Amino acid sequence: MAKKISTPLTEETITGLKAGDKVLLSGTIYTARDAAHERLVKLLESGEELPFDLAGAVIYYVGPAPAKPGYVIGPAGPTTSYRMDPYTPAMLEGGLKGMIGKGSRSREVRDLLQEHKAIYFGAVGGAAALISSAIKEAEVIAYEDLGTEAIRRLQVKDFPLVVVNDCKGGDLYEQGREKYRISSN
Amino acid sequence: MRQVKVATITEEVARLSQESNYYLDQELKDFFIQAKEEEESPTAQAVFAQLLENASIAGEEEVPLCQDTGTTVVFVELGQEVQLVGGNLEEAINEGVSQGYTQGYLRKSMVEDPAGKRKNTGDNTPAIIHSKIVPGDKVKLTIAPKGGGSENMSQIKMLKPADGAAGVKDFVVKTVVEAGPNPCPPVIVGVGIGGNFEKSALLAKEALLLPLNKEGVERDMPELEDEILKEINNSGVGPQGFGGRTTALAVNIKTHPCHIASLPVAVNINCHAARHRSVVL
Repeated sequence: MAKKISTPLTEETITGLKAGDKVLLSGTIYTARDAAHERLVKLLESGEELPFDLAGAVIYYVGPAPAKPGYVIGPAGPTTSYRMDPYTPAMLEGGLKGMIGKGSRSREVRDLLQEHKAIYFGAVGGAAALISSAIKEAEVIAYEDLGTEAIRRLQVKDFPLVVVNDCKGGDLYEQGREKYRISSN
Repeated sequence: MRQVKVATITEEVARLSQESNYYLDQELKDFFIQAKEEEESPTAQAVFAQLLENASIAGEEEVPLCQDTGTTVVFVELGQEVQLVGGNLEEAINEGVSQGYTQGYLRKSMVEDPAGKRKNTGDNTPAIIHSKIVPGDKVKLTIAPKGGGSENMSQIKMLKPADGAAGVKDFVVKTVVEAGPNPCPPVIVGVGIGGNFEKSALLAKEALLLPLNKEGVERDMPELEDEILKEINNSGVGPQGFGGRTTALAVNIKTHPCHIASLPVAVNINCHAARHRSVVL
């Protein structure tokens, strides 16, 4: 059974989740990928205000396809997260609590999740049309010049996710592989 | 000489760019259905259920299966008895990509000045075009959009001849297993063996276009394909890297003679949304 959770993520919610848990996330999340992260971290480094409040926020690593007429957003599946690893320490320092993407995080990021009591969720890569049906509102709030990489504020309802890295060192990618590995000897 | 208007090529490239991004091949759906039954992990089963539902939504609503509608790779087999009229081939293909991606609400993912400003070109051009002159009076176009996530996990290595098939196997398995969840498994693995540096990479890309169901298909190295597939699936990486039995759906090898000193091997990984469509004009 999937656990229903909502944003902003509280410490209680985060500590109650472990790697492998299926969740349905509702509430406000923000999109950002490579180019937006570069700009956000520059702002953080120079002490300037960000286009949204990072405290308790959840960021979704996604660059959606264009919306057809009548649609809130185009297909919007996760992009590969490791490319955001270099920016993530600063983002966590700034108060970021949750990240949604796909693929492995660096050792440094995984350690920092424990230190900052933050969490990393996996969405199903390539299930973009399905995921977009969980997005009820979408609005570009910064960096419109970046096109698909602009920062969007999304309202999501029951976005299907799996906890990949919890705040206690649990890692679904390691645990899953361990469990299903067949020794070839 | 048979004449073919380049305007027709533009139209077909636009159409195939859209269709390849909207409709998942039945062959892949069948693989998903079978894998869903074979997986023991409920999480892995849920992944396949989502991928099948996603394919239904995308097909019915004519929206892309994946937001990453890729770099547009175009293979052209141009019959030597064909005369192209009304413009030039490369421009016609790029015009087709531009129209297809703009009118089809596909994402534009190409940037110019790659190690500098990385400015989006705005219409997903230029396509990566591989053309070959072949006998006959037909033009075959294959459109194969390919996402960045799986392309980033691809590798090439110049092995020593002494490394042999065992060396090839180790390199391919290591490349796929170390990529883990990043390229959106279950993946399709294209392997190019031989030729030279660039030829092996092209063979690996072409290998991704081969049928997944191998019954009755002529294969360059069937035993090695089967061994590599088994070893990859023994890794436990599973769909999306969440753990499971299905890390790869198929391993396709293409070979070419090579220099006495060399054994080039290229591994091109494709995510589960393996998209390609062809037409013969």
